[in-house]
Amino acid sequence: MTGTDLGLAIAVFLACAVEAIEALTIVLAVGVTRSWSSAFYGVGAAVGVLAILVAALGPALTSLPINALRVLIGGLLLVFGLQWLRKAVLRAAGLKALHDEAAMFAAESAAARAAGSRVREGIDGYSFAIAFKGVLLEGLEVAFIVLTFGANQHRVGLAAVAAAAAVAVVVAAGVAARAPLARVPENAMKFSVGVMLTSFGTFWGAEGAGASWPGGDAALLVIVPGVLLAGLAMVRWLRRAPSRTASVSEAL
Amino acid sequence: MSSIVSAALAVWQFVVGDDWVTAIGVVVALGLTALIAAAGGAAWWVMPPAVIALLALSLRRAAR
Repeated sequence: MTGTDLGLAIAVFLACAVEAIEALTIVLAVGVTRSWSSAFYGVGAAVGVLAILVAALGPALTSLPINALRVLIGGLLLVFGLQWLRKAVLRAAGLKALHDEAAMFAAESAAARAAGSRVREGIDGYSFAIAFKGVLLEGLEVAFIVLTFGANQHRVGLAAVAAAAAVAVVVAAGVAARAPLARVPENAMKFSVGVMLTSFGTFWGAEGAGASWPGGDAALLVIVPGVLLAGLAMVRWLRRAPSRTASVSEAL
Repeated sequence: MSSIVSAALAVWQFVVGDDWVTAIGVVVALGLTALIAAAGGAAWWVMPPAVIALLALSLRRAAR
């Protein structure tokens, strides 16, 4: 496994773990309050849709010429990665609320209890729909990362394995805890994913556009720490600016 | 037709989110890199400062 493959696996694993934690909270809420079997049907259906998406788009992406693929994927990763990094920096600086899995679990559970009975042919429609939607929406970002990272390195299989491993770890932790995983350092994980996506997007985007990096792949050893340090510096900058601490939209 | 437009909007929202200025900045930086590389110059230096600047500007807009 090359260094780039390792970076791919780490980025996909962390991104998938973060999204899996959020999906787990939703599934737990409807499973505990309404119907486990219907929630599991919803999870299965969403995973099936995501698998079809990756299986269909993966080969299509990998068939593109390498430079076109790199500039396209580099650009997409940069746009996506900068969003992750921006939100993580804002959260680390205290300008945006941290994800609270316990509060989210309580809210989802209350909504599930308040919803009326929707059982048809033994399946609770509410549990199915909420679990399906939750897993699909959280999983779409992971599918995007699996596809972009995997297609660029022609390692969609490795990316999918890293994603599956993350889901397995999160589910095992959830089963062991029998509760939402509220103590996981989600923002630190999101910060790391943002740094990786932004760094690899910078590297591949420039290569695809025709640039040659000094040192080839070894340039990543400078780019990744550089983006990390820039992100941390921006956290400090935002923490020190009192006038900026007042209003940041929750909708970011 | 409306379903195509709404699908395109959903894809835009998913990839670009609420910060289209950063997305345009990424495209411009990649374009500049391509222009310099096509002219035979060293173009690798364009993206790192562009990315840091785009992040800083995005954060400044969000924190205002």
